[in-house]
Amino acid sequence: MSKTKSETKQSAEPEKVRIYIMGSRYDVPTGLTIMKAMEYAGFKITRGAGCRAGFCGACSTVYRKAGDFRIYAALACQTPVEDGMVLTQLPFVPAPKPKYKIDDLRPSANSILRYYPEVARCLSCNACTRVCPQEINVMNYIQDCLHGKLAKAAEESFDCVQCGLCTIRCPAEIPQYHVAMLARRLHGKYNIPTPKYLEIRVKELEDGKYEEGFQELMTIDKKKLKERYTTRDFMDQKKGGGDE
Amino acid sequence: MKLIGGYTEEMRRSIDNVNKTRNKRRDQIIADLTMEDRKIVLDQFHPDYNPKYKRNISWGPNKGDNVPNEVADVLESYPIINPNDIDLNQIDYDVGVLIIGAGGAGTNAVLWAKYSDVPKKDILLVTKLRFGDCNSVMAQGGIQAADRLEDNPYIHYLDAIGGGHFENKPELVKALVGDAPKVIKWHKELGVNYDCDDDGNFVEVPGGGTSRNRMHCAKDYTGMEIFRTLKDEAINQGIPYLEFSPAIELLTDDSGRVTGAILYNIETKRYFVVRARVVVMATGGFGRLHVGGFATTNHYGATMDGVVMAYRAGAKLRDLDSTQFHPTGAAYPEQIVGLLVTEKVRSLGGQVLGKDGIQICYPLEPRDVEAASLIKICTTTHNYIETPTGMRGIWLDSPLIEELKGKGTIQQNLSAMYRMFKRFDIDITMDPILVYPTLHYQNGGVDLDSNCYSSIKGLLIAGEVSGGVHGKNRLMGNSLLEINVFGRRAGITAAKEYRKNSIPRKLTLNHVHNTMKALDALNLKPKKYAPIILPEYRSEVVKDRLIQLYEQLS
Ligand SMILES: Cc1cc2nc3c(=O)[nH]c(=O)nc-3n(C[C@H](O)[C@H](O)[C@H](O)COP(=O)(O)OP(=O)(O)OC[C@H]3O[C@@H](n4cnc5c(N)ncnc54)[C@H](O)[C@@H]3O)c2cc1C
Ligand code: FES
Repeated sequence: MSKTKSETKQSAEPEKVRIYIMGSRYDVPTGLTIMKAMEYAGFKITRGAGCRAGFCGACSTVYRKAGDFRIYAALACQTPVEDGMVLTQLPFVPAPKPKYKIDDLRPSANSILRYYPEVARCLSCNACTRVCPQEINVMNYIQDCLHGKLAKAAEESFDCVQCGLCTIRCPAEIPQYHVAMLARRLHGKYNIPTPKYLEIRVKELEDGKYEEGFQELMTIDKKKLKERYTTRDFMDQKKGGGDE
Repeated sequence: MKLIGGYTEEMRRSIDNVNKTRNKRRDQIIADLTMEDRKIVLDQFHPDYNPKYKRNISWGPNKGDNVPNEVADVLESYPIINPNDIDLNQIDYDVGVLIIGAGGAGTNAVLWAKYSDVPKKDILLVTKLRFGDCNSVMAQGGIQAADRLEDNPYIHYLDAIGGGHFENKPELVKALVGDAPKVIKWHKELGVNYDCDDDGNFVEVPGGGTSRNRMHCAKDYTGMEIFRTLKDEAINQGIPYLEFSPAIELLTDDSGRVTGAILYNIETKRYFVVRARVVVMATGGFGRLHVGGFATTNHYGATMDGVVMAYRAGAKLRDLDSTQFHPTGAAYPEQIVGLLVTEKVRSLGGQVLGKDGIQICYPLEPRDVEAASLIKICTTTHNYIETPTGMRGIWLDSPLIEELKGKGTIQQNLSAMYRMFKRFDIDITMDPILVYPTLHYQNGGVDLDSNCYSSIKGLLIAGEVSGGVHGKNRLMGNSLLEINVFGRRAGITAAKEYRKNSIPRKLTLNHVHNTMKALDALNLKPKKYAPIILPEYRSEVVKDRLIQLYEQLS
């Protein structure tokens, strides 16, 4: 197969960049992600890696670049190393999550403020937006929450992987990613309608409408089952020849 | 090396072909394969059908089953603890229901155990990394449920069992498809944001091997949206959980009943003894075994721990002879090789093309057939695209989606994909994506019945760790469904078992001693050790210079 087992593939003489992991110097091949560079350097990661694909937010990393005063943040599994990078991982953000009963709430700014009163303290400094590795406009959705615009907040915050970097940077100490979670749940539960046909189908199933048919499908012999499979109609999709 | 929009000049030349042929291909539908042709391409090109990659299991309840070498390696491994070192007299956690693995299946199980009146103090959820480091958060494409009027559970049943080569356990398929609409309804009540159109209907797209559009989705973050909602709810319910504390062995009593587990804190390295009335195994899949040397889409902790722990305790396994390779893993750029390019790219109209820009196969064959078709082109023709690191791949024509469904469709529906490639300077609305099959899903696993009972007492099973639901091949959207259907059933069954078994039971590691005896008799060399917990990715340069220092504990 065309892929080797090791994730950090090495050619004969890889070109190297010099990086600093928590202050110590390492020369690692160019083109690795920060995560793979750390492994190349010898770290067996136990914290700071989960999905390794940009979906779980376990690998938040802050870094500086040579000759640049700014502090940068990124997901280690999705960001290539650069020469002169000085980096450290921040895989855990202590941020309490209040408990609520979603059934007892209304989709409003009040519901949010009841659990996250600090939202009202937003200074509009935009530090959260600037640090977000998903390039989400965090400040905007916090403002939307404050104004009860939950649909907009849900939409804007949707791609949040809950890494918590925003929360670390926030001078008003808002746990933005928890706020967004509540906003999305309120929006999903109360504003997005539930199609009628879903209710109908659930009722049919509860009433046992399909039991008899299932029994038949589960007991007919394999040959007949195969025949049913190959002759089933494809309704929504355009399909070529094959077993149609 | 000069890159233009993320691609090399060489690759650009082939992209020109893709651009040139796009108009002609727009409405072109290439025929899917007949059952006979499917068989031919599978036999010749799917790793499952290649004896080189497989061998028979040499001991235990499934002795003689033919499985991938990497799976056999784990099942034939020695325990990572010396059972004599463990003091079972001190019980650190004495609980009713122990759930191992905080992915989608495990989180469903804790919620439904709680809803079924197990007091929260009597539930314990333990997991390897953080609560949420799992395959469930990574699922992109969607979740199947036959809810529309023009669809019904029978058709879903047929799609699932045909996709699984008619080897699925019928009672499990029935549970899967029959519970599906209820799962979606429950998710809606919890506040999961499924995509809806302007009329308030779900957006439902097709998937490989489905004959109706029934894939419910939340952009291409479906798993993340479902999972984070479930996790939020589990925290609201106050359910105790332990992170960074994988189970490393089950505990059994003299009758062989599962009575608890040993946990290991991977940071402090101390162990904990848990006694439980019933244990739910929900540890997910095995992508990080890199079966056949393939890269994988799976999360860091997907190392098949649950299967080997259950096997040592005597649980029967099934269907581990088949492995799911996802047809479209990223083949370029190198940094993200193996990561998933969701099937939804093809659901939305993306075609699969050779170097010449011509379609190579029907884009939505069942996964095994699609993967084999891509491997065929890359290994027996010259119509593949080669990357600077020597990897071979096939084009997936994403820009076609924008032509078919309108500008902006990709950013709206495939924002995770768009972002993943944009980070490496590739704009998938303008340029195609290079793909190659990647190790994706553990089709088989621990055998279970429709109430999640395994073949041994005291152990329930749910999720990707299980076998039987999908037969020899899972369809997209049926495993997000599975973890909800069977996670929920496991929680409900656990509550029943909890009420039935109130007498505290003995804790032993008899089955571990027996495992070691059985392995000794085989005299396997070199000795291997499992559960693996985390794969090894440190470089050889460093591994050659590692030393273990003596540690004085007193
Ligand atoms: C990239 C990707 C995309 C996917 N897309 C789709 C899709 O679109 N539709 C679909 O239906 N399916 C999809 N799947 C498949 C689906 O997501 C998984 O099969 C499913 O989520 C598995 O859920 P689970 O709860 O069984 O396992 P997981 O979600 O993986 O959870 C298992 C948990 O157990 C933990 N664990 C492992 N070992 C131990 C141990 N020894 N002790 C304690 N804890 C342990 C793990 O760390 C993890 O947290 C996708 C999978 C991947 C990887
Ligand atoms: S490891 Fe999950 S986002 Fe990086």
